[in-house]
Amino acid sequence: MTGSATTDATAKQVVAAPQPERKIGGVLLRLEDISLHFGGVKALDHVSFEILEGEIRGIIGPNGAGKSSMLNVINGFYHPDEGTITFKGETRPEMRPDETARQGIARTFQNIALFRGMTTLDNIMTGRNTKMHRNFLWQALHFGPAKNEELEHRLVVEKVIDFLEIEAIRKVPAGRLPYGLQKRVELGRALAAEPDLLLLDEPMAGMNSEEKEDMCRFILDVNDEFGTTIALIEHDMSVVMDISDRVVVLDYGRKIADGTPDEVRDNQEVIDAYLGAQHD
Amino acid sequence: MAGATSGVPDLTVHDTGPKLLRYNVEHRGERPSMREKDLGIWQSWTWAEVADEIRALACGLKLAGLERGDKISIIGDNRPRLYWSITAAQVLGAIPVPIYQDSVADEMQYVLDHAGSRFAVVENQEQVDKVIQVKDRCPTLEHVIYCDPRGLRDYTEDFLQNYTDCIAAGKAFDAANPDFYDQEVEKGKGSDTSIYLYTSGTTGQPKGVVLTHHNILSTSAGAVEFEGLNETDEMLAYLPMAWIGDHIFSYGQAYTSGFCVACPESADTVLTDIFELGPSYFFATPRIFENLLTTVMIRIEDAGKIKRWMFHYFMKVAETIGPKILDREPLTLGERLLYFIGNLLVYAPLKNTLGMSRVRIAYTAGEAISPDIFNFYRSLGLNLKQLYGMTESSVFITIQPNGEIKSDTVGIPAPGVDVKIDDNGEVMFRSAGIFQEYYKNPEATSEMKAEDGWCHTGDAGFIDANGHLKIIDRAKDVGRLNDGTMLAPKYIENKLKFFPNILEAVTFGDGRDYAAAFINIDLQAMGNWAERNGVSYASYQELASLSKVYDVIQEHVAQVNRDLADDPELAGSQINRFLILHKELDADDGEITRTGKVRRRTVNEKYGPLIDALYSDASHCKIDTEVTFEDGRTGSITADLEIREAKTIEAAVAQAAE
Repeated sequence: MTGSATTDATAKQVVAAPQPERKIGGVLLRLEDISLHFGGVKALDHVSFEILEGEIRGIIGPNGAGKSSMLNVINGFYHPDEGTITFKGETRPEMRPDETARQGIARTFQNIALFRGMTTLDNIMTGRNTKMHRNFLWQALHFGPAKNEELEHRLVVEKVIDFLEIEAIRKVPAGRLPYGLQKRVELGRALAAEPDLLLLDEPMAGMNSEEKEDMCRFILDVNDEFGTTIALIEHDMSVVMDISDRVVVLDYGRKIADGTPDEVRDNQEVIDAYLGAQHD
Repeated sequence: MAGATSGVPDLTVHDTGPKLLRYNVEHRGERPSMREKDLGIWQSWTWAEVADEIRALACGLKLAGLERGDKISIIGDNRPRLYWSITAAQVLGAIPVPIYQDSVADEMQYVLDHAGSRFAVVENQEQVDKVIQVKDRCPTLEHVIYCDPRGLRDYTEDFLQNYTDCIAAGKAFDAANPDFYDQEVEKGKGSDTSIYLYTSGTTGQPKGVVLTHHNILSTSAGAVEFEGLNETDEMLAYLPMAWIGDHIFSYGQAYTSGFCVACPESADTVLTDIFELGPSYFFATPRIFENLLTTVMIRIEDAGKIKRWMFHYFMKVAETIGPKILDREPLTLGERLLYFIGNLLVYAPLKNTLGMSRVRIAYTAGEAISPDIFNFYRSLGLNLKQLYGMTESSVFITIQPNGEIKSDTVGIPAPGVDVKIDDNGEVMFRSAGIFQEYYKNPEATSEMKAEDGWCHTGDAGFIDANGHLKIIDRAKDVGRLNDGTMLAPKYIENKLKFFPNILEAVTFGDGRDYAAAFINIDLQAMGNWAERNGVSYASYQELASLSKVYDVIQEHVAQVNRDLADDPELAGSQINRFLILHKELDADDGEITRTGKVRRRTVNEKYGPLIDALYSDASHCKIDTEVTFEDGRTGSITADLEIREAKTIEAAVAQAAE
């Protein structure tokens, strides 16, 4: 028999969330004087900057500058040796990644970290994990409140799938997808958590120019449609300068510049860091 | 069907689309009219709900300034809102002009400007961007309504309007002027122009075919009665809305029979959507049936040994027994038993996978289908039929009646259609569906329409002993080799295309000494072959140039030559030399039409050096090709192509001589 999934739902058109005018708000995240050591290596050296609500914040720097360490500090993978992190106005104590996730920080990884054997749908569903309240026994029964809860989460996931235009791979195991799509699924999983702050670690690494263009579009759309604040590490200079509102530049664990793309581009220290300084 | 309201409404009373909509609300208001998969779930709208939506939209369009006689372009994938826009525009006496959604901006500009559209209803940001890009060159265009607001919030152009805003305004207007809508519907007449459809045209610029409500509805109704379609049928609308076929099936026939039309979730999910929906009425172009078959064949080749054996064995069985069953010929007990087992093990599961378990009627049209592909589906027990028609005839010229189906004919004249063969062998027809004119192109109109009410088709054909029409080729494409042998390019190309590895073929030979061919490999099938055989490649171009790939294709060409050798008339047109093109023929480059037909003239011009090389002793030929990307930028590809000799067979001719 042909499987027929035709249901006459009452909700004809899911109403899009009210769309606020895009504006940069107050400080969402403030990093003060953050230092981090691995043995004798200074990964971060008294770095301070802030991320404003609603902005796209680029973090750039040469290899080994401490960019990924910075993200890891923000989402609780690493604990800074010195300094304070203030998120949504509260200075936070040492936190585990799952706790920061609950607070509204989601991220993607430089090397894709999907469940390869699970479908796109299930992978994105895991992004809802922190928001599920029934324990696994309830979920296993798939009955009553647990079922309703799953339906709610599924709706969010389907909106993400619609947003990222990946309907056609809904049921395809992540491991079988090409690289560019895996990156998109990973973004989907982060979005499913409905984060206030989205951390993207090299979302465009290894992509061809068409995939990059698509990904840029999605990042701008996420920021635009949902008002999500985004912190972005990226090596492709033209991309960062194009989509970021403000850029912070790290070099050897130190902050060497901070400002709009134009300001940063003209900063002598940044030029030196990237091209190598000339000494007479 | 028990309980189903059957019979076609009286078209002298309900003579326009909007009036038929009212009829459907009165007779089957609670039955589903449209479905669309949204957020993973199929949503449905009843005829009554659809009518409410169209009522509000018509009023909204009125408020936005749409007047009787205005042209309104419809651009996007198959979406309920776009279908409703067509009817809503017709309510006001405006003329919808659907445009192919994958047109590049310049093609879109041509149609917008030529039709003189004042309004456009477009699907999403992609289409809005294209319209904005060309708006300066479309002086008549004033107002653009978009259905999906995503990404459009920062657009400040004041001619843009959100569909939901248009509906809301329309509802308010309707509440204040409750009689307005019905008065507008009453003003419509069957003889009013209902739509302009631009033919993609294998030559030159597209032409706007002007059709009336009477054209569309009477031909639709004729075919509805002929096939016994009714309100319980379902179909998936996935072919371009700007194509006459979709307009007849998803609008004309849906309105005259009351069946339900479903829109796929996205263009990429069509196969899944067909599977979930299980349509009872299905239409696809030969190319789609080919692609489906290719997919099946790839999966079979990847399957285990037993499954593979089972598939090939029972497909052989089906090839002999299947057509007999559909043509209601008597079977022996052994044949019945074998087919029963085959059905259990192979045919039914395969049909289910293809989403065709419930299909009562499946059509193919648009161009000639390869007999092998046609027979493959028929032997599975799928009631696949051919029909013959064109935009200028509102589709139906001939249909194959159930039980009288042959792969090489296109059936008998459809209800209300007269067909005759002109002295020069060209097929001509006369029907209620005959188009009014080509918009702003009287010369082309007079070339097509003869004075006595007959219309040219441009196809060469004849009527066989059973009264069935047989189309050989485009009248202008049928050629002769220098020795006088007939060359029917499309016939040979279709034979080549049956091999999953071959996506497209172009044959030459008119006025030459022998036939030769360009081959386009199918990346999916050939890539799969490469994977299984440990052949590595980096790009389409590299794969197409590998000598091992040439070996495979050479064998296919030889097989086609063997088939041709069996037919004394065509034995002389065997392919002597061929080459594999380094890029896929692409609609963006103008090499094929948006519906997938090869534009021979463009190919001839573009690949002239390659054709010359096919008719020389050269074993290689260099070519520099310009390619156009979807956004209109161009680049170029340089390649050095190998040319191979193909094995030709003399045997059959010799035998025939014995």
